[in-house]
Amino acid sequence: MAELTYRGAVAHGIAQEMERDDRVYFIGEDVAAAGGVFKTTGGLLERFGPERVRDTPISEEAIVGLVMGAAMTGLRPIGELMFSDFLATCWDIVANQIAKTRYMTDGQVELPLVLRTANGGGLRFGAQHSQSLENWAMAIPGLKVVAPSTPTDVVGLLAASVRDPDPVVFFEHKGLYAAKEDVPEGEIVDELGTAKIRREGDDLTIVALAAMVPRALEAAELLAAEHGISATVIDVRSLVPLDTRTILDSVRHTTRLATVEENPRLCGWGAEIVSIVAEECIWSLDGPVVRITTPHIPLPSASALEDLAIPSVNKIVESVTKMMV
Amino acid sequence: MTQTRGDAAPDIDRGVRLAMYRSMLELREFEQRAYDMFMQDLIAGTSHLALGQEAIAAAFGVAMRSDDWTFCTYRGHAHTLARGASMTAAMAELMGRGKGLTGGKGGSMHLTSVEHGAMGSYAIVGAHLPIAAGAAWSAQARGTEQVAVCFFGDGATNIGAFHEALNLAATWKLPVVFVCENNLYMEYTPISAVTAVPRPAADRASAYGLDPILVDGNDADEMYRTALDALMRARAGEGPSLIEAVTYRKGGHSRADPGTYRPKEEVAAWMERDPIDRYRVLLLELGVSENELAEIERGAREAVDLATEEAKAAPLPGPDELERQVWRDGGAAWRN
Ligand SMILES: Cc1ncc(C[n+]2csc(CCOP(=O)(O)OP(=O)(O)O)c2C)c(N)n1
Ligand SMILES: [Mg+2]
Repeated sequence: MAELTYRGAVAHGIAQEMERDDRVYFIGEDVAAAGGVFKTTGGLLERFGPERVRDTPISEEAIVGLVMGAAMTGLRPIGELMFSDFLATCWDIVANQIAKTRYMTDGQVELPLVLRTANGGGLRFGAQHSQSLENWAMAIPGLKVVAPSTPTDVVGLLAASVRDPDPVVFFEHKGLYAAKEDVPEGEIVDELGTAKIRREGDDLTIVALAAMVPRALEAAELLAAEHGISATVIDVRSLVPLDTRTILDSVRHTTRLATVEENPRLCGWGAEIVSIVAEECIWSLDGPVVRITTPHIPLPSASALEDLAIPSVNKIVESVTKMMV
Repeated sequence: MTQTRGDAAPDIDRGVRLAMYRSMLELREFEQRAYDMFMQDLIAGTSHLALGQEAIAAAFGVAMRSDDWTFCTYRGHAHTLARGASMTAAMAELMGRGKGLTGGKGGSMHLTSVEHGAMGSYAIVGAHLPIAAGAAWSAQARGTEQVAVCFFGDGATNIGAFHEALNLAATWKLPVVFVCENNLYMEYTPISAVTAVPRPAADRASAYGLDPILVDGNDADEMYRTALDALMRARAGEGPSLIEAVTYRKGGHSRADPGTYRPKEEVAAWMERDPIDRYRVLLLELGVSENELAEIERGAREAVDLATEEAKAAPLPGPDELERQVWRDGGAAWRN
């Protein structure tokens, strides 16, 4: 066991895969010499050399297109988009090209690639550098969508993503980069499409993703201590493929469901989960479900406003106690 | 207009010339047949034909190494076939048949035959330039001396991806050949009406430290020399080329478009410069016999006839095809 930050886990995970497979290459803006604007990729250039770890111009379409063209011709490339908000500048290549080409070519073209990107709010960066955009990717058939909440999961899910034969959009939460934990020694390889039960309870199921997971866990402790409510907390980890079995099993047991999403209200992943629960186990529910989301607004910059927008521990506790009466 | 530096093949082999002629004829016959079948409602949706532009695809098809890669646009039947993809499977694809090149999933705008190095037809203008650069990056990284060739229209020179791809490819000296087929029009608007420079690709080359290369896209020999030169440079590690090949569509942009937005005199002048008619005259001058040419012409026509019959007989895709091949496991499952 060694203590690792979520930030350090990124370089650790990339290095683990580059060491294992010489087809793994890594490109992005400021990722090589500078080690990344969030200092997530330091040391990779020194360790793997300028051929395999390379700085690009500020050309998101070129980064993503390059990764796609390389993936279909024998590399297993990782591309970084500095902020997930920049997906909007290259969304054509992600949504029209990468996502659809395997299907459109009837399986002739394979795209084993990973797009890593810094996602999420809480850093007072304002509306264009704070979004949680996993819902965009989830809406496009042909993309796998992963969002880890712990350093161990960063390493294990990144490894699973690099080894996956299909394209994966890997959302790192920039609010979690400083989070630390003890990470097992040796190779870590996880499995996409598996949710994790982070806390077991009997009264309700709280489903959360990325930075909302530690908040949901903290809220669950308060709910137990102050309100006598015992909550299960599920970390979704992977939106596509989605581990509905773990969620449905839990809801059947607890009979209540809340989702915590760091996303604007409309068409969030939580809505999809709620609809699956409604279709497949509505008779197990003992009361209305609750979706805790940001309001349907662009994210503001001021601390006082951003903190109001993104679901907080208190907001989760409040919403749950209200739904449980 | 010629400004080729292509001295790589001052004397083009007779066999190469005949191969280009045969290829141009096949492309012409195929496209003409596709048009007829579209008009007869045997082909649905849309089709963008390369009628008049065949010399570019044919010359590259003959000049490329078999493990090189082609990336082309929705106007990509010719480029795909010129690499050796099955004509029957291409026609079946246009007809929405299960035995089509992409099983009925891609259609006219997405013909692909990876086994022939035809790495896809891309229908969002400009998108495939960075993708082709990515294939070139993979060749460079793996040291395979493969080259990616990327065909696109004049209209693509005004989209961001063009500039992003050219800058990166030139900076990294990637083995990619960008071929702008300037047919003077986008869909209906002349490229000159919306572009700051008269030569949409060649005038941009210097911005990326590349030489301007402007060639007659209706001259198969000149295209072949230019292609060989660019491929050789790419293979030798000298980086990308940007070629502007000036050409003209014989017909409209797509479907049944009669192309009436083009001045009559302009159309007439360009019909005089048909790449196949010109090449036929040249081959006769070079001593190829009328008989031999007629033989090649008949061969091309018969190949297209056969492909058409086979495609018409091919089955429709079955319902279980619908949810196949989203993922590598062959399926489309997004949950457990
Ligand atoms: C990004 C994008 N914008 C618009 C279109 C619609 N469109 C399809 S073909 C075309 C004209 C393209 O002209 P050009 O690049 O000259 O190629 P050509 O069709 O002449 O071969 C347009 C505007 C598109 N497919 N993609
Ligand atoms: Mg054009």
